[in-house]
Amino acid sequence: MSEMLGAAQMMQPVRHTEAAGSAVSVKNLHIRFGSKGSEFTALSDVSVEVPEGALVTMLGPSGCGKSTLLRAVADLVHVSDGSISVLGQPPKKAREGRDFAFVFQEATLLPWRSAIDNVSLPLEVGKHSSSQRTADPEEMLALVGLKGREKALPHELSGGMRQRVAIARALITRPRILLMDEPFGALDEITRDKLNEELLRLWQETGTTILFVTHSIPEAVFLGQYVLMLESHPGRVKEFMKVDLPYPRKLAMRDTVEFIRITAKLRALLEEC
Amino acid sequence: MSDVVQGSKQGVSVSDAKRSGVTDAILGFFANHYPAILAVAGCVALWQFVVWFFAVPTFMAPSPVEVFYAFGENGAILWANLLPTLLEAFLGFIFGNLIAILLAVWFVYSSTAEKAFYPIAVIIKSIPIIALAPILVLIFGNGIAPKIIIAGLICFFPTLVNMVQGLKAASPAMLDLMRVLSASNSEVFWKVRLPASLPFLFAALKIAATSSVMGAIVAEWIGSSYGLGALIIEATYNFRSPLLYATVVIAAGLAVALFFVVSFIESKVVRWKPDAQH
Repeated sequence: MSEMLGAAQMMQPVRHTEAAGSAVSVKNLHIRFGSKGSEFTALSDVSVEVPEGALVTMLGPSGCGKSTLLRAVADLVHVSDGSISVLGQPPKKAREGRDFAFVFQEATLLPWRSAIDNVSLPLEVGKHSSSQRTADPEEMLALVGLKGREKALPHELSGGMRQRVAIARALITRPRILLMDEPFGALDEITRDKLNEELLRLWQETGTTILFVTHSIPEAVFLGQYVLMLESHPGRVKEFMKVDLPYPRKLAMRDTVEFIRITAKLRALLEEC
Repeated sequence: MSDVVQGSKQGVSVSDAKRSGVTDAILGFFANHYPAILAVAGCVALWQFVVWFFAVPTFMAPSPVEVFYAFGENGAILWANLLPTLLEAFLGFIFGNLIAILLAVWFVYSSTAEKAFYPIAVIIKSIPIIALAPILVLIFGNGIAPKIIIAGLICFFPTLVNMVQGLKAASPAMLDLMRVLSASNSEVFWKVRLPASLPFLFAALKIAATSSVMGAIVAEWIGSSYGLGALIIEATYNFRSPLLYATVVIAAGLAVALFFVVSFIESKVVRWKPDAQH
């Protein structure tokens, strides 16, 4: 993975300044689905501030609306009430300005395109100005450790490799915010651990703000600078806590007393939900 | 995965064959397909035996040898009648599928259009083609037009159904992705919906390739003085059974050839697996 570091340095560094403004600011957000009568409240009065450059993991029981919150930030879900501001603009503006990129649970690669052509898809669609910060697709594939597999079709790649391609595709526009919806949920544990470490390194190199939805408490603690816990029926904020563990974090850290203390605390909180 | 492995194996064997000459290629073909070749040869031998053993009169069922000679004796007639049928089937295939594809695109973007015209398409499909043929001959006369229309009609429905399904086959996640990228409707169509529909389209085109020949022949039965269909009728009424059988073999060969042409194009265009990530 040494080539990864080199490639990462080619990306424009954005400093981690926690004092900087909010990357994502959610105020009194309500999201309801369905028509009147059979209405379902997915999120109720959710307010969150995500500082610029932060890595926030989102945790909660299934059905708590953590994916819905992420999709609302990405302008994929209609907001019923309240407001979302992404880098000081409405989500639609941020989407059109390519301020964020989205990584789905499934890699969602176009199966007829090679790895490199999937990575460059964002450069081919949508209106994008010439001033837009973009990276070289080959560099991006090298960054996620897929040098030499440029011509491979998605069905020739393993699940982990496909998700790496998806991450490279997300990074190609050099987004300031990365929205990740259980991106490693469908992968085996070994692949997942590896990608977790690499994601942390990427985050530290690039300073991208990351919102990361997960089902796994250890994953949430290992990655997160902050953990946002939601509870369900209706979805609302249970806890927003800072994870007091130093970076860079190594996988072995998960066996430390401090790490286990934090996961135990979160597990107890999750049981109350 | 296994397809890729297979594909590369075939690629290797083909390049090997080129290097070591045509003889090896033919031997290779026999090595790969000998069960099918033996089975066909066995059936022909059985047929020859039954005709000989029961002394079946030629007008009732000719022996394979007689059919073989009929090819030689009637080569010019068969060739002259093959071309119009090929032309009708080909043009019917093109027009029928083209209209089906365009209609499918319209249906996918307008549910009103789908609700309005889908039932009509089903009704037209449910009329037996053999019943429709005389009607079209009455309207369009004895020329090539009714044959093309019938060949086209027979292609039309499977392609319409498959293409509508194919254009809707793009996963919701793919459409979400295109939305996050702020892609326009036409970009979503050309980059996602259309490529995603190709496996469905080719499944229909392979059916259409063989049925277009059938449509053209059926149309020629009703009112025509040329084409394989007309030749079948003529040979039957004149008890020229060997010629009849030869014509049937040619007709089947034409359908198989068109099928392989479409399959070949498919193998060049669709090199991916539709459900790679589900």
